Amino acid sequence: MAFLSSAADDAPEKRLVYRHTLWVRIAHWVNAGVLLIMLMSGLQIFNAHPALYWGATSHFDSPLLSMTAIRMPDGRIEGITWIGRAHFDTTGVLGASEIFGQVTPRGFPAWATLPSWQSLAVGRQWHFFFAWIFVLNGLAFAAYAFLSRHFNRDLLPKTADIRNLGKDILDHLRLRFPKGKEALHYNVLQKLAYFSVIYIVAPLIVLTGLTMSPTMDAAIPQLLFVFGGRQTARTTHFLCAFAFVGFFIIHIVMVVLSGPLNNLRAIITGRTAIEPEAENG
Amino acid sequence: MADANRRKFLTRLTVGASAAILAGCDKISQSAGGQDFLKRGSDLAYKVQRLFAGRDALAPEYAKSDIAPVFRPNGTLNPDSDDYNAHVKSGFRDWRIKVSGLVEHPFELSLAQLRAMPSRTQITRHDCVEGWSCIGEWTGVPLRNILARAKPKENARYVLFHCADDMSSDKNTVQLYYETLDLVETFHPQTILAYDLNGKPLPVANGAPVRLRAERQLGYKMAKYVNGIELVESFANIRGGNGGYWEDQGYTWWAGI
Repeated sequence: MAFLSSAADDAPEKRLVYRHTLWVRIAHWVNAGVLLIMLMSGLQIFNAHPALYWGATSHFDSPLLSMTAIRMPDGRIEGITWIGRAHFDTTGVLGASEIFGQVTPRGFPAWATLPSWQSLAVGRQWHFFFAWIFVLNGLAFAAYAFLSRHFNRDLLPKTADIRNLGKDILDHLRLRFPKGKEALHYNVLQKLAYFSVIYIVAPLIVLTGLTMSPTMDAAIPQLLFVFGGRQTARTTHFLCAFAFVGFFIIHIVMVVLSGPLNNLRAIITGRTAIEPEAENG
Repeated sequence: MADANRRKFLTRLTVGASAAILAGCDKISQSAGGQDFLKRGSDLAYKVQRLFAGRDALAPEYAKSDIAPVFRPNGTLNPDSDDYNAHVKSGFRDWRIKVSGLVEHPFELSLAQLRAMPSRTQITRHDCVEGWSCIGEWTGVPLRNILARAKPKENARYVLFHCADDMSSDKNTVQLYYETLDLVETFHPQTILAYDLNGKPLPVANGAPVRLRAERQLGYKMAKYVNGIELVESFANIRGGNGGYWEDQGYTWWAGI
């Protein structure tokens, strides 16, 4: 990793601190790969019936969201996305997009799905294989975080953190990131973000996924009660997937804004460079 | 400057690696070996779900008020062969369900005989593999009763359903729909050969005159236009060898998820 720590990072005041344990780094990268596969194979599965409903069943006349394609009088195919009664022309991305140079009816476009061509069967194979890895990796991480006190020490937002919320939001908006020893623990927005995706969104996406399984509904009918019916569970599953996408985008933006090379080194080697605090400098 | 170069390098590395990985995933998706490997996820789901859901754990049943005004048909909407059309014309008077294979007492059932057997009525949710759900009221004969009459032999492991609908788009070949269930699913109390939907004889689009209902499975397991029930030891040498028409097209045999 020599090329990562040369040049700018070598300013004399900086020091390298061991930040992320091996288990956290492994869980992070396994999860990064698995989530990408789960998202893209999930969009493939969604494309088999690109509409969402609320309740036990599908009210085909009134979906919450749907992606449709219509043929215009001149033969062109337009992709229309409906959210409730509002509709938007989303040709090229949602509803209809190009495959092999031809605009074709399709929920999400080829570049967003796994496999790239339309195949519910193969999409399901990917999804249900990597779902096991997602769950096992998540359980292993949760057990590790609990036993090593990583959960309590670093991830669980405390009362003192919440009191800092206002200041922390302002700091983020000004792109002022913690320096010195403050950079050695997560600030409250980080804690809230990591805590929510790991301990709320991830379990929710697994449980709503299981609620879609007719055998699981026979084994644990309470799932349907808790999640408000199979189609509500499917919609919640979809929203959780996009909560992950939202988290990913903010995560990457923050990584880039707060020193991408140092951050990348930290999540690969575990070591991060700490700048001295302004008042000490 | 060095920093900017490194950043550019890392960005290119990330974009390039992602594209390569996704192209690799597409390659795996196309290969038989890759698909076989991925199918292990579903094999594991089969084993784990068998542990979780007891033999007789019931699929949820719903109220009359939950029944959909129109039960959405899918797959074959009308077999439309000369033979089938003749059956439609005669009100399925001559339709027979042949019970055969690894049984002590093979026999044939007419629709009238089937309707005379003790029945079960259930309002259940149909889950299509595509993702949608629809609720309907089904009346039919529990398969366990039919099999009790036929007495499966010791080595019978699966029940093969023969259907009258031809899935082939080519006029010169015939590819009749078929499906298989294991004995646990076959003997499940809600697994019935249904002849009524919402209190009326099954419409053609929904599988007239008889279709399978296996309520803990996805829709493609629930064969329509059933005219034969055959007990087999293995489906490895039947048709594509995967235990069903859609299974031969790449869908997993276990359809509990």
